[in-house]
Amino acid sequence: MGYHSVDELVHLAEEKGVRISDVVLGEEVASSGLAPEEVREKMRRNLAVMREALRKGLSEGTRSASGLVGGGARRLKEREAGKKTLTTDLARVIAGALAVSEVNAAMGRIVAGPTAGSAGVLPGVLLPMAEKFDVGEEALLMSLFTAAGVGKIITEKATVAGAEGGCQAECGSASGMAAAALVELAGGTPRQAAQAMAIALKNLLGLVCDPVAGLVEVPCVKRNAGAAANAVTAAEMALAGIESVIPPDEVIEAMASVGRLLPPQLKETAEGGLAATPTGRRIQRQLMGKEERKG
Amino acid sequence: MTGVFDVLGPIMIGPSSSHTAGAVRIGRVARAILGDRVSRARILLHGSFAETYRGHGTDRALVAGLMGYATDDEKIREALEAAVREGLAVSFERADLGPVHPNTALLLLTSPSGRRVEVMGSSVGGGSVVITRINGFAVELTGEYNTLLTIHQDRKGVIAAVTAILAEADINIAFMRVSRQERGATALMLIEVDQPVAVWVLEQIRALGAVEQAMMIEPQ
Repeated sequence: MGYHSVDELVHLAEEKGVRISDVVLGEEVASSGLAPEEVREKMRRNLAVMREALRKGLSEGTRSASGLVGGGARRLKEREAGKKTLTTDLARVIAGALAVSEVNAAMGRIVAGPTAGSAGVLPGVLLPMAEKFDVGEEALLMSLFTAAGVGKIITEKATVAGAEGGCQAECGSASGMAAAALVELAGGTPRQAAQAMAIALKNLLGLVCDPVAGLVEVPCVKRNAGAAANAVTAAEMALAGIESVIPPDEVIEAMASVGRLLPPQLKETAEGGLAATPTGRRIQRQLMGKEERKG
Repeated sequence: MTGVFDVLGPIMIGPSSSHTAGAVRIGRVARAILGDRVSRARILLHGSFAETYRGHGTDRALVAGLMGYATDDEKIREALEAAVREGLAVSFERADLGPVHPNTALLLLTSPSGRRVEVMGSSVGGGSVVITRINGFAVELTGEYNTLLTIHQDRKGVIAAVTAILAEADINIAFMRVSRQERGATALMLIEVDQPVAVWVLEQIRALGAVEQAMMIEPQ
């Protein structure tokens, strides 16, 4: 048993007439030997940490160790509270993703989802949207299983490590996971959830991992916000019945293939892209100098 | 097989699973190898650890691990200040440790009673670590299993005697590795076991003439 492709996952859910999350939870119970309630309790702990990180990032003035990022989520939240933002729902999603990413950069507690560098995407998308739909704790908890099930397939068929696949593997995967979970939260079908994952991942295909000075800050924090907004875009399309011409599993394989084709300079080595710009290099030199003086 | 909590998790202190969470684990395993509280630590940082340690909080994370903090403890951020309060003297240096993994640290630790140990460890991704050297001996220790460590004279029959004691105590060996610096001198043995080794079993091993040290390293 088990599922090793998005196609199998959708098929299993359709066959039983259940949500993707029910299949994922059932499989986790079967493979871990834990009781369903124990597995749900573990996920509930993840949800609690996500919620606390989001609250903290939105309300406190975060600041990273290097001083490069922080405080953006609070600024955006204040603007949204003053009804000055361009959108309401999307502004909340962007602020949520920034919040958790900024907490991560400031050495706060987060859930790697699928990685620490992309930890802002899932809570950024799901927490504000669950509030908007008023779906309750149970549905929100279950949507995390959908995200994790899709993420498990991406991990097995491709990679979620920036060093192996670039940022498309981290923020791209997180965006696909969040899109699938959001479709389920909004009452969409398993097939629509899978399509949302495919669309979200496609839109970020080829995204490089080029962190300035090698830190999980620039451009990672803002890319989490971009990946979160992209998840909403993909879910909107999928819920309207718009489908990806390339099937979900093939999109995942394409991501793996693009990851292999990317040169090492664009896979977390801080040797290309934004890290190699004059400003990126200058920041790197300044931070290294700071480390030498203090260290 | 990948489980859902490998994808959504672990719960950790940011910003990086390799440079922060992994560094905490290197510190924790090194403390377990010392087998005591750490009163002095000289820490040499190599490669990416040396280049980005302050931005990733690798220094704080290593010290947090030396004080026994968990990888999701929010106190990690203030670990350097806590170390000062607890009388743990720490120094950091950037160093070239040779052809090793880019995320590597060498920790020279001293306990309050003057016991000393040198531990080299690498953070190999996703928060997983490998200890590659203990007191100059090449080892391979993940800190994920109960591990028996012995330092003994390199002569025939010692390994057989140790494993016989384990078998007698109904302890199964999962993995083992013996390392020595030169023939007939001192050897170091790491035995990963399925069950923890009780103190009375350790005492039996220590009572073997050729065994200089035997200790249990619990999973970190």
